[in-house]
Amino acid sequence: MNEENIEKGGEEKEEPQEEKINLDDNPIVKKIKERFTEDILDTYCFANRLDEITIKAKKEKIKDICRFVKEEPELDFTYLADITGVDYPDREERFDLVYHLYSVNKNQRLRLRLSTKDGEAVESVTSIWKGADWYEREAFDMLGIKFDGHPNLKRILMPDDWEGHPYRKDYPLEDQKTPKERLKAKPLGE
Amino acid sequence: MPVVETEKLILNMGPQHPATHGVLRVILDLRGETILNAEPMIGYLHRGIEKIAESRTYTQFLPYTDRLDYVAAPAWNLAYCEAIEKLMGIEVPERAKYIRTIIAEIARISSHLIAIGTHALDIGAMTVFIYCFRERELTLDLFEHATGSRMLTNFCRIGGVMADLSDQFLKIAREFVEIFPTRMKDYEDLLTQNRIWLKRTKNIAVISAEEGLNLSLNGPNIRGSGVKWDVRKAEPYAAYDKMEFDIPIGQNGDIYDRYLVRLEEMRQSNRIVKQALNQLPDGEIKAKVPRVIRPPKGEVYFRVEAPKGEAGFYIESDGSDKPYRLKIRTPSFANLESIPTMVDGHLVADVVAAIGSIDIVLGEIDR
Repeated sequence: MNEENIEKGGEEKEEPQEEKINLDDNPIVKKIKERFTEDILDTYCFANRLDEITIKAKKEKIKDICRFVKEEPELDFTYLADITGVDYPDREERFDLVYHLYSVNKNQRLRLRLSTKDGEAVESVTSIWKGADWYEREAFDMLGIKFDGHPNLKRILMPDDWEGHPYRKDYPLEDQKTPKERLKAKPLGE
Repeated sequence: MPVVETEKLILNMGPQHPATHGVLRVILDLRGETILNAEPMIGYLHRGIEKIAESRTYTQFLPYTDRLDYVAAPAWNLAYCEAIEKLMGIEVPERAKYIRTIIAEIARISSHLIAIGTHALDIGAMTVFIYCFRERELTLDLFEHATGSRMLTNFCRIGGVMADLSDQFLKIAREFVEIFPTRMKDYEDLLTQNRIWLKRTKNIAVISAEEGLNLSLNGPNIRGSGVKWDVRKAEPYAAYDKMEFDIPIGQNGDIYDRYLVRLEEMRQSNRIVKQALNQLPDGEIKAKVPRVIRPPKGEVYFRVEAPKGEAGFYIESDGSDKPYRLKIRTPSFANLESIPTMVDGHLVADVVAAIGSIDIVLGEIDR
């Protein structure tokens, strides 16, 4: 590590703004936009990388979009890599759900995003990808996002009687009980 | 003749069970010895690593990635570092890329040796287990020479690797790649044509390619079902684009095919290590990166082919020195999900064989 870097302390370098690529010409985005003109809120990609295309969709339409991108032969997103939630406690629509899809045949990745309010249910995609089952249970367990039409929505990593959802930003990092209260707490399994 | 009344029996397998490879509990609904339903219960090793990440700086979080898959830690170090490099647009020096490839492939050999060894042990072949650990000892020695640690290597750094490879390492690594293929013959002699092994693995826990993809099955398991998909080939990282190797695939998607795929993958990994050692370029081992890592605002998903499958990091940055959200996509989590489908209608003893064949590590399932 040279001196210069240490002193700079990681300050961000001002990089010249690259020209943003126009995603509307991208065949994947085009295809989805053609079908769901009204329901796509935004499309963007990080650092002009085509493996980081994000499509922001309306919450109500997520199941239709997922079914479309899986069954449309030109898109062919047969593989669900991940579903996760992100918490923004200051926003009215508190949670973002992020779906990572992959097409094994076309070697293409796609990210779908949607926003949802606390307590509002999102339509489950388990009927499209069976593998979504555990990912949705994890999002429910860790962030408290509910899914409509999920066959078995219960906690997966935390114990069944756990209170709260640990990956929420306002979840306390330390035990809030005093030592006395902790002694009074019922033992496990009762 | 009186009709014998039978009823459903619920059997609790685990969390303390020698064949569950950690603290995994499977609840089995049985009729006689036939499985009606199997439900894996996980979370016994949950440490909240994703939550921890939100209160650590990017550099501080690096050692936690070792603790995900503790039998092949370098793969996860690599995934994490490359994710940050993608986020910040850092170009890694060529030599560092090769060193990463060498260490990651030795990790794959090391992990597959455990997979095959413990799987054979579960089914009752103890000799293979001891032979596998004989060679794993050599891979751990290699780790020790390169990283100073045998298990939790913590070897990659953001922008490069921790240290250069010593001459001693290169010497014993060259010896290793020569002797390893001959040692592999021992496992094959013991298992591949073994009648007991064939009876226990052929046509057991079959999963089709389509069903596997639907269930997010990945890594050697989906290749065992005949899907030719390897992240190293599909979306190359480190120095894999310059390496020559084949992707082995199976045909039936049963336990035996998954075993054959792992066996062949070890041979291919050995080939990659050999090539990388021969081509190893000179130069820097670490790019110049700021001491405080502050990626720009944005989100990336980066994946590598870990020994168990697609290991991914989804990082959302808000421009500060700590990740806003870090999600770890682990291959074992997705693989375990297909166990109920695989063992449906099989016998209790096949559950043990099936769990061994998908090669799970609970550290990365529970996070």
